[in-house]
Amino acid sequence: MISIRDFSREELEYIFDVADEMESIYRSGTDVLRGKILASLFFEPSTRTRLSFETAMIKLGGGVVGFAEPDISSVKKGENLADTVRVVESYADVIVLRHPLEGAARLAAEYVNIPVINAGSGAEEHPTQALLDIYTIRRELGRVDSLNIGILGDLRYGRTVHSLCIGLTNYDVKLFLISPELLRLRREFLEEVKKKVEVVETDRLERVIDKLDVLYVTRIQKERFADLAEYEKVRGAYRVDLDILQRAKESLIVMHPLPRVEEIDPEVDYTPHARYFDQVRYGVLVRMSLLKLILSG
Amino acid sequence: MLSDSELKVRKIKDGTVIDHIPAGNALAVLKILNITGREGHTVSIVMNVSSKRLGLKDIVKIEGRELKPDEVNKIALIAPNATINIVRNYQVVEKKSVTLPSEIYDILSCPNPMCVTNANEPVTPRFYVDSESPLRLRCHYCGWFLEREDVLKQI
Ligand SMILES: [Zn+2]
Repeated sequence: MISIRDFSREELEYIFDVADEMESIYRSGTDVLRGKILASLFFEPSTRTRLSFETAMIKLGGGVVGFAEPDISSVKKGENLADTVRVVESYADVIVLRHPLEGAARLAAEYVNIPVINAGSGAEEHPTQALLDIYTIRRELGRVDSLNIGILGDLRYGRTVHSLCIGLTNYDVKLFLISPELLRLRREFLEEVKKKVEVVETDRLERVIDKLDVLYVTRIQKERFADLAEYEKVRGAYRVDLDILQRAKESLIVMHPLPRVEEIDPEVDYTPHARYFDQVRYGVLVRMSLLKLILSG
Repeated sequence: MLSDSELKVRKIKDGTVIDHIPAGNALAVLKILNITGREGHTVSIVMNVSSKRLGLKDIVKIEGRELKPDEVNKIALIAPNATINIVRNYQVVEKKSVTLPSEIYDILSCPNPMCVTNANEPVTPRFYVDSESPLRLRCHYCGWFLEREDVLKQI
């Protein structure tokens, strides 16, 4: 489980069907994975993703080992990733890996005989986030096909955006990519997406807000801008608040991979549009589904 | 009759002649082939000779060694129109064009500074050929694209 590209539509749907079944187990717990160990190796911090995987494993009756602080891990002693995963292979039945380098999960998977789940490597891939994002859409709107899906914010560096776009190309959707010029999706990446689905690029949310069924918001980071004044301009223009939502469809759902800073006004939390906290629960269901499918067939 | 290029460098008895190399790329071809001159073979390089097909071209002649298609094909990265002539007793006994392999190992590294192949890992960079013309390679690990300029920079 390295890249969202590894999944066909049928496989995605199967994972989602099993995730639906996990809803009741999520409340009561089960022991189908008793005796199985998940090693969560987080070479950079991501508390939410780590908690989500560990919760999923424990709900299924399995155990968890691992580390979340890179400075107490073997990395500080100069051990490479290939060695680390080969050591961990003796302890665990599945590895969940988060790593700052791109391609790290693929490399890890080549060195061990147990499954490796990519929990984010470098800027490009975060496949389980994409799974839970698409699952959220399916759960909340009953389908993914024929929806207008807007993705707003940092499309160039946003880790979750790339995997989400690729995942959505399995469906018959129309993508609205809404970002400042500087943070547009990379050209070669855009070409790949455009081959499969219709894409509209714009720098103005207000131009497309009334068409959207889903608005996926990502954070724009100050560090991306050489010119602070430019950032200040962009910051206001890509903020979702009650004002702009007045023009949206009543059924629009607003999603966000979290953590949110100020790109969604807290007032939006209390509208029927907000789904970002539901996404967190769906994330556990999807990861339970994956772990069950990987470890018990 | 001897052609212009053959006058400049004599015919070889046995070995390999790589012809139709884009002008100025002969040394890069030798580098890709890992031929340093320290192997003891006589190696002749002719640069910037006129050619009907290419305008100007380079030629490399390696005496006493027949290069195998596997080792030669990767020069297609920089010399896609090159022809390989195997010479025995002054006669060309085999003439082949080069074809780019679908995967490239060993000779290139990934230009993405955040790629795991550029860290302290025991791994050989690997690239898939996405497109031959224009040349576009893709890193097996991080997915970054390399274009012709990225390849030339490294050779
Ligand atoms: Zn790479």
